[in-house]
Amino acid sequence: MSPGPTVIPAGRSRAGAWGRDAPPVIELDGVTKTYRTGSLEVDALRGISLAIDEGEYVAVMGPSGSGKSTLMHILGCLDVPTGGVYRLAGEDVSTLDETRLAEIRNRRIGFVFQQFNLLPTLSAWRNVELPLVYAGVERHERRERALAALDRVGLTDRVEHRPGELSGGQQQRVAAARALVTDPALILADEPTGNLDSSSAADVMGLFDELHRAGRTIVLITHELEVAEAAERTERIRDGRIVDADGPGAGERR
Amino acid sequence: MNTVETFRTGLEAVRAHRLRSGLTVLGITIGIAAVILTVGLGEGAQQQVASQISSLGANLLIVTPGSTTGAGGIRGGFGSASTLTVADATALASSTVAPDIAAVAPTVSRSETLTAGTANWTTTVVGTDPSWLSVRARTVSEGRFLTQADLDQHAAVCVLAPTTAQELFGGRDPVGQTVNVAGVPLTVVGVLTSVGASGSSNQDDQAVVPLTTAATRIFGGTNRNSVGQILLEATSGQTLSAAYQEADDELLALHGITTPASADFTIQSQQSLLTTATSVDRTLTVLLAGIAGISLLVGGIGVMNIMLVSVTERIREIGLRKALGATPRVIRRQFLVEASVLGLVGGVLGVGLGLVGAVALPHLVHDPIAISGAATAGSIAMAVAIGVVFGVYPASRAARLAPIDALRSE
Repeated sequence: MSPGPTVIPAGRSRAGAWGRDAPPVIELDGVTKTYRTGSLEVDALRGISLAIDEGEYVAVMGPSGSGKSTLMHILGCLDVPTGGVYRLAGEDVSTLDETRLAEIRNRRIGFVFQQFNLLPTLSAWRNVELPLVYAGVERHERRERALAALDRVGLTDRVEHRPGELSGGQQQRVAAARALVTDPALILADEPTGNLDSSSAADVMGLFDELHRAGRTIVLITHELEVAEAAERTERIRDGRIVDADGPGAGERR
Repeated sequence: MNTVETFRTGLEAVRAHRLRSGLTVLGITIGIAAVILTVGLGEGAQQQVASQISSLGANLLIVTPGSTTGAGGIRGGFGSASTLTVADATALASSTVAPDIAAVAPTVSRSETLTAGTANWTTTVVGTDPSWLSVRARTVSEGRFLTQADLDQHAAVCVLAPTTAQELFGGRDPVGQTVNVAGVPLTVVGVLTSVGASGSSNQDDQAVVPLTTAATRIFGGTNRNSVGQILLEATSGQTLSAAYQEADDELLALHGITTPASADFTIQSQQSLLTTATSVDRTLTVLLAGIAGISLLVGGIGVMNIMLVSVTERIREIGLRKALGATPRVIRRQFLVEASVLGLVGGVLGVGLGLVGAVALPHLVHDPIAISGAATAGSIAMAVAIGVVFGVYPASRAARLAPIDALRSE
């Protein structure tokens, strides 16, 4: 993170606190997903097994049509698998209904999207507090936590700005603050630099690095090798299968 | 997410699309204002009729002769006596025969030309007795009313209604002046207080003379004991039907009629007149309110249309909110609140417009408008209900959206 004024202490790693015995944040076991379009069946995922531990920074990489979007939807509890088991922070979420999934998304996952997906009518801090609104947090506490999250991504002086008044990089930082504010087990970023120029992209990737150093579990979905290289481990996906569990720098840190 | 937050989010969404929300609200506003005004017009007309009829005399029963010969009482056959007589009236006045009848006033009336000096005026001359004043719920503004002595002496006196007095004497004081009726000079002893015109019979344009004077000196004829109408006043509103029964029984007995169906008289109450008049008004009100209701329905469809557009347009927002943890229930409530806010604002503005119309319209069309609190509160409730009813479908569509589809759409 280049211009950000805040430095996050490295001692916050949860992996360190919980030790190696803690369950993986993400545990996929033979997960399949089949889409049905009329009479046509499309196997988007053909049996994915994957474990991601607390504090890991993992990039899921693959070309378009590889099934990485489907995987991201399942990881993000936006969709449920057709077969197999998905445990998020130890909880089996593969059979939950829409309402329970919404609660899981709210408590355990922070999303960062390619399109930022900020509400244009709300100021930065009001965007950041949204997940807390759905969590039923009291108003005063919401504002405090939203401001703290914006402070962490280096936007203290932009809290009252609307998305339209912010640069692309700043908007993605607001989105990151929104993902952080509930203190989720997992931050799921879907092509977070896809809509940014290279300097803003570097800025956002710096922020992820910093969050990783602070002990956050981050899963990054991308099709760009450059972006994937920032992660400590890369999972390659092709035709609905993990093809290469190894990636740049993965071995030495596991 | 609690109710306050739901409302805040809904209000923000309404505010974010001001023009669109405004136009939707306008539809509801016009519908509600139309309902309020048409119902108000109907209520106003009903109240007017009711007050006019009660000004004719409260608790009044009117006995007219000849049920089989039409409401006008025109009897066929020459020389046949009219069926109601002074004796009937005297019998009904007895408190032992009819304890629920407080006063009885037999009347005869005929159109006559009155002259005073060079002025002449044709009006209804009513022959009656002193109890007419209380039965008709009238008062005297100048001079006095007829007395029993006038009746006994067949006195040549009359009491004029205000319009008649004005026509004959202009601004001059009529009391003590002389009026000629069919060649008989009558001394004006009093003037009645104005009660206003009601329907076809103008209560402010008539001349009242003693019944005996009318029978023997003015109208003449062979049937000097027959009367045109007998007016009865019940002791109270509660005893009206008892008084009706007593009068009916006594007259049947006096006339020697055994089967009530062949009665030679009719007893009408003001209540039955009132019922007829108000039911006509009510039919009209229902008709107008129905038309206004259609405009309200169109407004409701406008709300639904806008909410559907809103759901489609905000599909990404819905997807995002779901990704951030909004349950289908929360999304549904948010859209329902938006729709009902549109309804509520439209309802309040519509009531405002209706009230302005209620103040302005009587200056233009001379019809009274009665706006009741219940109708106003009901209209606002109806507007909110329309918002909710027409918001249900768009809201459940929003709630059913799969978050991935919603997020993916461009």
